[in-house]
Amino acid sequence: MKRFLPVIVFAVLVAFLAIGLKLDPREVPSPLVNKAAPAFKLPLLAQPEAMLTPADLRGKVWLLNVWASWCVSCRVEHPLLVELAKTGTVPIYGLNYKDKRDDAMQWLRERGDPYLQSISDADGRVGIDYGVYGVPETFVIDREGVIRYKQIGPLTPEALRDTILPLVRKLGA
Amino acid sequence: MRRPSYQPARFAAFARGLVLALVWVPVLLGSAAATAKEAADAATNPALEARVMAVSEELRCLVCQNQTIADSHADLAVDLRNQIRTKLQAGESEREIKAYMVERYGDFVLYRPPLKATTVLLWVGPFALLALAAFALWRTIRQRAQRLAAAAPSDAELARARRLLKPDPAGHSDR
Repeated sequence: MKRFLPVIVFAVLVAFLAIGLKLDPREVPSPLVNKAAPAFKLPLLAQPEAMLTPADLRGKVWLLNVWASWCVSCRVEHPLLVELAKTGTVPIYGLNYKDKRDDAMQWLRERGDPYLQSISDADGRVGIDYGVYGVPETFVIDREGVIRYKQIGPLTPEALRDTILPLVRKLGA
Repeated sequence: MRRPSYQPARFAAFARGLVLALVWVPVLLGSAAATAKEAADAATNPALEARVMAVSEELRCLVCQNQTIADSHADLAVDLRNQIRTKLQAGESEREIKAYMVERYGDFVLYRPPLKATTVLLWVGPFALLALAAFALWRTIRQRAQRLAAAAPSDAELARARRLLKPDPAGHSDR
Protein backbone atom coordinates (compact mmCIF):
# COMPACT_ATOMS: atom_id res chain seq x y z
CA MET A 1 0.00 0.00 0.00
CA LYS A 2 2.70 2.39 1.06
CA ARG A 3 4.70 1.67 -2.04
CA PHE A 4 1.75 2.69 -4.27
CA LEU A 5 1.01 5.92 -2.43
CA PRO A 6 3.02 8.15 -4.81
CA VAL A 7 1.35 6.49 -7.79
CA ILE A 8 -2.09 7.09 -6.29
CA VAL A 9 -1.31 10.71 -5.52
CA PHE A 10 -0.01 11.12 -9.06
CA ALA A 11 -3.13 9.55 -10.54
CA VAL A 12 -5.41 11.84 -8.52
CA LEU A 13 -3.38 14.87 -9.61
CA VAL A 14 -3.56 13.81 -13.26
CA ALA A 15 -7.32 13.30 -12.97
CA PHE A 16 -7.82 16.78 -11.55
CA LEU A 17 -5.59 18.38 -14.17
CA ALA A 18 -7.34 16.47 -16.97
CA ILE A 19 -10.72 17.75 -15.79
CA GLY A 20 -9.22 21.22 -15.47
CA LEU A 21 -8.05 21.12 -19.08
CA LYS A 22 -11.57 20.37 -20.27
CA LEU A 23 -13.17 23.23 -18.37
CA ASP A 24 -13.36 26.62 -20.00
CA PRO A 25 -12.50 29.19 -17.35
CA ARG A 26 -13.87 31.97 -19.53
CA GLU A 27 -17.31 30.46 -19.48
CA VAL A 28 -19.25 31.84 -16.56
CA PRO A 29 -22.54 30.01 -16.05
CA SER A 30 -25.30 32.57 -16.16
CA PRO A 31 -27.39 32.95 -13.03
CA LEU A 32 -30.10 34.39 -15.30
CA VAL A 33 -31.09 31.01 -16.72
CA ASN A 34 -34.61 30.18 -15.52
CA LYS A 35 -35.15 33.77 -14.43
CA ALA A 36 -37.38 36.30 -16.14
CA ALA A 37 -35.64 38.08 -18.99
CA PRO A 38 -34.75 41.57 -17.73
CA ALA A 39 -37.12 44.22 -19.03
CA PHE A 40 -35.90 46.85 -21.45
CA LYS A 41 -37.30 49.39 -23.81
CA LEU A 42 -34.96 50.06 -26.68
CA PRO A 43 -35.25 51.64 -30.12
CA LEU A 44 -35.28 49.44 -33.18
CA LEU A 45 -32.10 49.59 -35.19
CA ALA A 46 -33.97 50.02 -38.46
CA GLN A 47 -36.49 52.59 -37.14
CA PRO A 48 -35.07 54.37 -34.09
CA GLU A 49 -38.40 56.03 -33.40
CA ALA A 50 -40.07 52.67 -32.70
CA MET A 51 -39.46 50.80 -29.45
CA LEU A 52 -39.40 47.15 -28.55
CA THR A 53 -39.75 45.54 -25.13
CA PRO A 54 -39.64 41.84 -24.23
CA ALA A 55 -43.27 42.14 -23.19
CA ASP A 56 -44.17 42.53 -26.88
CA LEU A 57 -42.87 39.03 -27.46
CA ARG A 58 -44.89 37.26 -24.77
CA GLY A 59 -46.39 34.02 -26.02
CA LYS A 60 -43.52 33.36 -28.41
CA VAL A 61 -40.40 31.31 -28.02
CA TRP A 62 -37.61 33.49 -29.36
CA LEU A 63 -33.87 33.88 -29.57
CA LEU A 64 -32.09 37.02 -28.49
CA ASN A 65 -28.75 37.23 -30.21
CA VAL A 66 -26.29 39.82 -28.94
CA TRP A 67 -24.14 41.09 -31.78
CA ALA A 68 -22.06 44.01 -32.95
CA SER A 69 -20.36 45.00 -36.17
CA TRP A 70 -17.03 45.29 -34.31
CA CYS A 71 -17.32 41.76 -32.99
CA VAL A 72 -15.08 39.34 -34.82
CA SER A 73 -16.67 36.07 -33.68
CA CYS A 74 -20.06 37.43 -34.75
CA ARG A 75 -18.86 37.04 -38.32
CA VAL A 76 -18.26 33.38 -37.67
CA GLU A 77 -21.74 32.68 -36.38
CA HIS A 78 -23.63 35.03 -38.69
CA PRO A 79 -24.09 32.62 -41.64
CA LEU A 80 -25.60 30.11 -39.20
CA LEU A 81 -28.12 32.69 -38.03
CA VAL A 82 -29.01 33.60 -41.62
CA GLU A 83 -29.50 29.93 -42.37
CA LEU A 84 -31.63 29.43 -39.27
CA ALA A 85 -33.75 32.46 -40.10
CA LYS A 86 -34.49 31.00 -43.54
CA THR A 87 -35.92 27.83 -41.99
CA GLY A 88 -38.33 29.96 -39.96
CA THR A 89 -38.04 27.64 -36.97
CA VAL A 90 -37.75 30.33 -34.37
CA PRO A 91 -37.90 34.13 -34.46
CA ILE A 92 -34.50 35.71 -33.90
CA TYR A 93 -34.17 39.17 -32.42
CA GLY A 94 -30.86 40.97 -32.35
CA LEU A 95 -29.46 43.09 -29.57
CA ASN A 96 -27.01 45.36 -31.30
CA TYR A 97 -24.54 45.91 -28.47
CA LYS A 98 -22.47 49.10 -28.18
CA ASP A 99 -22.41 49.68 -31.88
CA LYS A 100 -22.75 52.61 -34.24
CA ARG A 101 -26.02 52.56 -36.14
CA ASP A 102 -24.43 53.11 -39.55
CA ASP A 103 -21.86 50.38 -39.05
CA ALA A 104 -24.53 47.98 -37.88
CA MET A 105 -26.85 48.70 -40.83
CA GLN A 106 -23.96 48.32 -43.24
CA TRP A 107 -23.02 45.02 -41.63
CA LEU A 108 -26.53 43.65 -42.08
CA ARG A 109 -26.66 44.83 -45.70
CA GLU A 110 -23.41 43.06 -46.46
CA ARG A 111 -23.98 39.81 -44.62
CA GLY A 112 -27.72 39.40 -44.62
CA ASP A 113 -30.19 40.21 -41.89
CA PRO A 114 -31.45 37.17 -39.98
CA TYR A 115 -33.23 39.28 -37.38
CA LEU A 116 -36.95 40.02 -37.29
CA GLN A 117 -35.81 43.17 -35.54
CA SER A 118 -32.60 44.37 -34.04
CA ILE A 119 -32.69 46.75 -31.15
CA SER A 120 -29.82 49.05 -30.40
CA ASP A 121 -28.20 49.10 -27.01
CA ALA A 122 -25.79 51.90 -27.74
CA ASP A 123 -24.43 52.40 -24.21
CA GLY A 124 -24.51 48.71 -23.25
CA ARG A 125 -26.78 49.16 -20.22
CA VAL A 126 -29.20 46.45 -21.33
CA GLY A 127 -26.22 44.26 -22.10
CA ILE A 128 -25.14 44.58 -18.47
CA ASP A 129 -28.68 43.72 -17.37
CA TYR A 130 -28.43 40.53 -19.40
CA GLY A 131 -25.01 39.73 -17.95
CA VAL A 132 -23.37 40.08 -21.35
CA TYR A 133 -19.60 39.90 -21.17
CA GLY A 134 -18.50 38.22 -24.36
CA VAL A 135 -20.29 39.11 -27.56
CA PRO A 136 -21.77 37.17 -29.30
CA GLU A 137 -24.19 35.64 -26.85
CA THR A 138 -27.53 34.03 -27.54
CA PHE A 139 -30.46 33.64 -25.18
CA VAL A 140 -33.41 31.30 -25.60
CA ILE A 141 -36.48 32.93 -24.09
CA ASP A 142 -39.74 31.06 -23.60
CA ARG A 143 -43.40 32.04 -23.93
CA GLU A 144 -43.56 33.37 -20.38
CA GLY A 145 -40.53 35.55 -20.98
CA VAL A 146 -38.16 33.35 -18.97
CA ILE A 147 -34.57 32.83 -20.10
CA ARG A 148 -34.11 29.10 -20.60
CA TYR A 149 -30.62 28.92 -22.04
CA LYS A 150 -27.66 31.14 -22.71
CA GLN A 151 -24.97 30.44 -25.27
CA ILE A 152 -21.77 32.34 -24.60
CA GLY A 153 -19.63 32.91 -27.63
CA PRO A 154 -20.51 32.11 -31.22
CA LEU A 155 -23.21 29.61 -32.07
CA THR A 156 -21.92 26.41 -33.55
CA PRO A 157 -23.81 23.93 -35.73
CA GLU A 158 -23.46 21.42 -32.87
CA ALA A 159 -24.83 23.79 -30.24
CA LEU A 160 -27.78 24.60 -32.50
CA ARG A 161 -28.51 20.98 -33.39
CA ASP A 162 -27.95 19.40 -29.99
CA THR A 163 -29.05 22.05 -27.53
CA ILE A 164 -30.84 25.09 -28.87
CA LEU A 165 -33.18 23.66 -31.48
CA PRO A 166 -34.33 20.72 -29.29
CA LEU A 167 -34.97 23.21 -26.48
CA VAL A 168 -36.92 25.50 -28.81
CA ARG A 169 -39.02 22.55 -30.01
CA LYS A 170 -39.71 21.48 -26.44
CA LEU A 171 -40.68 24.97 -25.34
CA GLY A 172 -42.81 25.54 -28.42
CA ALA A 173 -44.68 22.25 -28.16
CA MET B 1 7.48 40.50 -65.21
CA ARG B 2 9.27 41.78 -62.14
CA ARG B 3 9.80 45.46 -62.03
CA PRO B 4 13.24 46.44 -60.84
CA SER B 5 11.95 49.04 -58.39
CA TYR B 6 9.78 46.56 -56.48
CA GLN B 7 11.37 45.71 -53.14
CA PRO B 8 9.38 43.08 -51.30
CA ALA B 9 11.22 43.47 -48.01
CA ARG B 10 10.68 47.20 -47.84
CA PHE B 11 7.05 46.79 -48.85
CA ALA B 12 6.50 44.16 -46.15
CA ALA B 13 8.01 46.44 -43.52
CA PHE B 14 5.78 49.29 -44.67
CA ALA B 15 2.70 47.05 -44.61
CA ARG B 16 3.55 45.85 -41.12
CA GLY B 17 3.94 49.39 -39.89
CA LEU B 18 0.67 50.39 -41.47
CA VAL B 19 -1.20 47.49 -39.89
CA LEU B 20 0.34 48.20 -36.48
CA ALA B 21 -0.64 51.85 -36.73
CA LEU B 22 -4.16 50.94 -37.84
CA VAL B 23 -4.56 48.61 -34.89
CA TRP B 24 -2.89 50.63 -32.17
CA VAL B 25 -3.81 54.22 -32.89
CA PRO B 26 -7.57 53.69 -32.37
CA VAL B 27 -6.91 51.51 -29.33
CA LEU B 28 -4.69 54.11 -27.69
CA LEU B 29 -6.99 56.97 -28.62
CA GLY B 30 -9.97 55.04 -27.34
CA SER B 31 -8.43 54.21 -23.98
CA ALA B 32 -7.09 57.73 -23.62
CA ALA B 33 -10.59 59.07 -24.17
CA ALA B 34 -12.04 56.63 -21.64
CA THR B 35 -9.38 57.51 -19.07
CA ALA B 36 -9.86 61.21 -19.67
CA LYS B 37 -13.58 60.90 -19.06
CA GLU B 38 -13.01 58.95 -15.85
CA ALA B 39 -10.38 61.42 -14.71
CA ALA B 40 -12.86 64.24 -15.21
CA ASP B 41 -15.43 62.37 -13.13
CA ALA B 42 -12.89 61.75 -10.42
CA ALA B 43 -11.98 65.43 -10.31
CA THR B 44 -15.57 66.55 -9.85
CA ASN B 45 -16.35 64.21 -6.96
CA PRO B 46 -13.40 62.45 -5.35
CA ALA B 47 -15.47 61.03 -2.49
CA LEU B 48 -17.89 59.33 -4.86
CA GLU B 49 -14.99 58.11 -6.96
CA ALA B 50 -13.35 56.54 -3.91
CA ARG B 51 -16.56 54.64 -3.22
CA VAL B 52 -16.80 53.54 -6.87
CA MET B 53 -13.27 52.21 -6.63
CA ALA B 54 -13.96 50.50 -3.29
CA VAL B 55 -16.85 48.56 -4.82
CA SER B 56 -14.94 47.92 -8.05
CA GLU B 57 -12.07 46.34 -6.17
CA GLU B 58 -14.41 43.67 -4.86
CA LEU B 59 -15.62 42.66 -8.32
CA ARG B 60 -13.97 40.53 -10.93
CA CYS B 61 -13.66 41.72 -14.49
CA LEU B 62 -15.37 39.11 -16.65
CA VAL B 63 -13.22 39.79 -19.68
CA CYS B 64 -9.81 39.70 -18.02
CA GLN B 65 -10.50 37.38 -15.17
CA ASN B 66 -7.48 37.98 -13.01
CA GLN B 67 -8.19 41.66 -12.66
CA THR B 68 -10.73 43.53 -10.65
CA ILE B 69 -13.10 45.93 -12.33
CA ALA B 70 -11.07 48.69 -10.67
CA ASP B 71 -7.84 47.52 -12.31
CA SER B 72 -9.11 46.74 -15.76
CA HIS B 73 -9.29 49.00 -18.78
CA ALA B 74 -11.52 46.61 -20.67
CA ASP B 75 -14.62 48.24 -22.15
CA LEU B 76 -16.91 46.15 -20.01
CA ALA B 77 -15.03 47.11 -16.85
CA VAL B 78 -15.36 50.80 -17.72
CA ASP B 79 -19.10 50.28 -18.34
CA LEU B 80 -19.50 48.46 -15.07
CA ARG B 81 -17.68 51.20 -13.18
CA ASN B 82 -20.04 53.70 -14.79
CA GLN B 83 -22.97 51.55 -13.73
CA ILE B 84 -21.64 51.43 -10.16
CA ARG B 85 -21.20 55.21 -10.20
CA THR B 86 -24.78 55.73 -11.42
CA LYS B 87 -26.12 53.40 -8.77
CA LEU B 88 -24.14 55.04 -5.98
CA GLN B 89 -25.39 58.43 -7.13
CA ALA B 90 -28.91 57.02 -7.02
CA GLY B 91 -28.28 56.23 -3.34
CA GLU B 92 -27.89 52.47 -3.57
CA SER B 93 -25.74 50.79 -0.96
CA GLU B 94 -22.60 48.84 -1.76
CA ARG B 95 -24.33 45.64 -0.70
CA GLU B 96 -27.20 46.31 -3.13
CA ILE B 97 -24.77 46.93 -5.97
CA LYS B 98 -22.91 43.71 -5.31
CA ALA B 99 -26.23 41.84 -5.22
CA TYR B 100 -27.08 43.44 -8.57
CA MET B 101 -23.84 42.20 -10.10
CA VAL B 102 -24.24 38.71 -8.66
CA GLU B 103 -27.77 38.52 -10.11
CA ARG B 104 -26.30 39.09 -13.55
CA TYR B 105 -22.90 37.47 -13.50
CA GLY B 106 -23.11 34.99 -10.63
CA ASP B 107 -20.97 34.58 -7.53
CA PHE B 108 -17.99 34.40 -9.85
CA VAL B 109 -17.82 38.22 -9.99
CA LEU B 110 -17.14 38.41 -6.27
CA TYR B 111 -13.50 38.25 -5.28
CA ARG B 112 -14.72 37.14 -1.85
CA PRO B 113 -17.22 34.39 -2.66
CA PRO B 114 -19.98 33.73 -0.11
CA LEU B 115 -19.94 30.57 1.99
CA LYS B 116 -22.60 28.19 0.71
CA ALA B 117 -23.04 24.55 -0.27
CA THR B 118 -21.25 24.90 -3.60
CA THR B 119 -18.35 26.88 -2.18
CA VAL B 120 -17.72 24.90 1.01
CA LEU B 121 -14.81 23.06 -0.58
CA LEU B 122 -13.28 26.37 -1.58
CA TRP B 123 -13.46 27.77 1.93
CA VAL B 124 -12.79 24.63 3.96
CA GLY B 125 -10.52 22.82 1.51
CA PRO B 126 -7.25 24.58 2.35
CA PHE B 127 -7.81 24.12 6.10
CA ALA B 128 -8.69 20.46 5.56
CA LEU B 129 -5.47 20.01 3.58
CA LEU B 130 -3.52 21.77 6.33
CA ALA B 131 -5.09 19.51 8.98
CA LEU B 132 -4.28 16.46 6.88
CA ALA B 133 -0.67 17.56 6.45
CA ALA B 134 -0.36 18.32 10.18
CA PHE B 135 -1.71 14.87 10.99
CA ALA B 136 0.77 13.24 8.58
CA LEU B 137 3.62 15.23 10.13
CA TRP B 138 2.57 14.26 13.67
CA ARG B 139 2.42 10.58 12.70
CA THR B 140 5.80 10.64 11.01
CA ILE B 141 7.43 12.30 13.99
CA ARG B 142 5.88 9.82 16.40
CA GLN B 143 6.90 6.83 14.30
CA ARG B 144 10.44 8.09 14.06
CA ALA B 145 10.60 8.58 17.85
CA GLN B 146 9.37 5.01 18.33
CA ARG B 147 11.95 3.67 15.87
CA LEU B 148 14.71 5.55 17.67
CA ALA B 149 13.53 4.26 21.04
CA ALA B 150 13.54 0.69 19.70
CA ALA B 151 17.04 1.14 18.34
CA ALA B 152 18.38 2.66 21.57
CA PRO B 153 21.41 0.81 23.01
CA SER B 154 20.95 -1.38 26.09
CA ASP B 155 22.74 -0.73 29.43
CA ALA B 156 25.33 -3.44 28.71
CA GLU B 157 26.10 -1.92 25.30
CA LEU B 158 26.42 1.53 26.84
CA ALA B 159 28.83 0.21 29.49
CA ARG B 160 30.95 -1.47 26.81
CA ALA B 161 31.02 1.71 24.74
CA ARG B 162 32.14 3.68 27.77
CA ARG B 163 34.90 1.16 28.47
CA LEU B 164 36.11 1.36 24.87
CA LEU B 165 36.12 5.15 24.82
CA LYS B 166 37.92 5.53 28.15
CA PRO B 167 41.65 6.20 27.79
CA ASP B 168 43.48 3.01 28.71
CA PRO B 169 45.66 3.52 31.87
CA ALA B 170 47.93 0.63 30.84
CA GLY B 171 48.83 2.54 27.69
CA HIS B 172 48.13 -0.18 25.11
CA SER B 173 45.29 0.00 22.67
CA ASP B 174 42.68 -2.58 21.69
CA ARG B 175 43.92 -2.59 18.17
